[in-house]
Amino acid sequence: MAAVQAKSISCPNCGGPVQLRGFAHTLSVVCPQCLTVLDASTPQVQILQTFQAKQRVNPTIPLGSRGKIGDTQYEVIGFQVRGVSQGDEAYSWNEYLLFNPYKGFRYLTEYNGHWNFVHVESALPEKSRSGGKVSMHYEGMTYLAFDAMTADTVYVLGEFPWRVRVGDSASCEDFIAPPFMLSSESTSGETTWSRAEYMTGSQVWQAFRLPGSPPPVYGIFANQPSPYGGNVGSSWRTWLWLNVALAGLIFLFMFLSPGRVAFSDHYAYSQGVKSDSAFVTPTFALDGRNSNVELSIHTDLDNNWAYFNFALINDQTGQTFDFAREVSYYHDSDGSDGSRNNNVIIPSVPSGQYYLRVEPEMEPGSPYVRYELELRRNVPNYGFFGVAALLLLIPPVLSTFRKHSFEAARWRESDYAPTSSSDGGDD
Amino acid sequence: MSGPAANCPSCGAPVKFLWSSAVQTTCEFCHSILVRTDVDLRKVGEVADLPPDASPIQIGTEGAYQNKSFVVVGRIIYVYEQGGWNEWHIVYNDGSSGWLADAQLEYDLSWAAASPTPLSNADEIRQGQTFEWNGKSYKVTSRTHAHYKGVQGELPFQYWDKSELLFADLRTGSGEFGTIDYSENPPMLFLGRSVEFDDLHLKNLREFEGWT
Repeated sequence: MAAVQAKSISCPNCGGPVQLRGFAHTLSVVCPQCLTVLDASTPQVQILQTFQAKQRVNPTIPLGSRGKIGDTQYEVIGFQVRGVSQGDEAYSWNEYLLFNPYKGFRYLTEYNGHWNFVHVESALPEKSRSGGKVSMHYEGMTYLAFDAMTADTVYVLGEFPWRVRVGDSASCEDFIAPPFMLSSESTSGETTWSRAEYMTGSQVWQAFRLPGSPPPVYGIFANQPSPYGGNVGSSWRTWLWLNVALAGLIFLFMFLSPGRVAFSDHYAYSQGVKSDSAFVTPTFALDGRNSNVELSIHTDLDNNWAYFNFALINDQTGQTFDFAREVSYYHDSDGSDGSRNNNVIIPSVPSGQYYLRVEPEMEPGSPYVRYELELRRNVPNYGFFGVAALLLLIPPVLSTFRKHSFEAARWRESDYAPTSSSDGGDD
Repeated sequence: MSGPAANCPSCGAPVKFLWSSAVQTTCEFCHSILVRTDVDLRKVGEVADLPPDASPIQIGTEGAYQNKSFVVVGRIIYVYEQGGWNEWHIVYNDGSSGWLADAQLEYDLSWAAASPTPLSNADEIRQGQTFEWNGKSYKVTSRTHAHYKGVQGELPFQYWDKSELLFADLRTGSGEFGTIDYSENPPMLFLGRSVEFDDLHLKNLREFEGWT
């Protein structure tokens, strides 16, 4: 059988040729010369509407362009501008009608540089409620109510498989589950459902191999996928794993590098035995590179305090590190306060022979205290790990914040924009 | 797949049947509508010129749905206010038959079904009405007043003298589809589902100028 021929007709208004791309599916077509809307369903072409637009609109994707979306090639055969004006709100968007003689009709919509590829659905979405919001359930997904409007056709070009007229009006509702949007259109009691998937301008430009660049993007569109959506979960997962790794590192440091004991001894101190309580220890070696030294004090204080003045003195150069620590430990039947132990880290001590000068002090009349001093060279600095843990928090917190502000911006455009952050009653 | 052959009582051309249970067919040469009786073919009318249509399907198109292959053997053409559609009569490889509707390239497969519950009368059926059938909720989505515009090929019943017709279309939340056909009394019910073009695995389709 011979191929189905594309036909062309003459405009009964201006006599100009009108080429048909939609074969016998085309019920109405707009004369490209005089913009008259024609009924092409019968051999005697009728005028449906003499259309006098003040200004011609040139679609950014020309009629007759072909592009591949998914596995299917589509031809742009129709174009309409649809507008909404309710109250102080007035805006319009562009709708391209796409055609493939086997797969049928699809739509490509564009608003402020945001694109959607639209497929008319044959199954019926079911109304449900999700977290107190009206929503639709369709093919296993939940779509939240976003917008309701009356859309009027304000400009038409090309062909349509229905009798199109400027002034056609439909009441529409949008429900979103980014990157998808479910929309209903009702005219004279009949409702059509369609499902849209968000596309970027560059995806559309690539699909139709269009020259130049797509129209600039303004704002956030209803079903635009959040650039942070998937990232937030994964950034918190990454954060979790990095913390596990950090904890592993801490354990590694604790077991592999607890610091070498350079000096350790036991002492006792009693108030008033000598007027000068200060003493010096024997010398000991601190080797290796410039690194830290940790001095730990362990006492047997009981409802008392002690104060220790220390000087770590280099036996060869006389370089001195002065520091002091108080140890206090009190307890009664209500609990305890303080600790019998304390410690101090001195950063960056050069290698060499050192001794400690120790000067304990206590309240007059105190019982004597036993204590142990332990000096470790090159101990892991756990403060670094704390800083690292805080730094690791920055990316997930930032992406969570970005996601929330993106969603807030999206829902500001909704008819169901939350008036306050607290979600009222649940029913 | 080829059934008994006969000659057109009007023009004498050979008439071949693709489906042995066909009740009616058309002569592809003289467009006579032929009804099979026990002994011969009887001419009951003539098909007017078929309206131009752009369905990619034609008689002889083969396909398969869920591993059940079928061939297109006939059709009924309807027009209504907002266009037209084809009900393609298809015969499966197990000898059963059904319908493949093509309404502006939206496809539905259906089969004649016994209604599980009584159907509403033509003047009672209204949009939004629901029927609970086979555990699914079927909602009436449209009432369509259509005109019979022609027939072609083999059909499971005599269908040639209809004019004004009423159909009620029903849909579920999961893609099932139903039609109540009020051209008979009691009305006939067809149940099926909407299908994507690719799921039909169609072969021997029409070709379109400019498309390969």
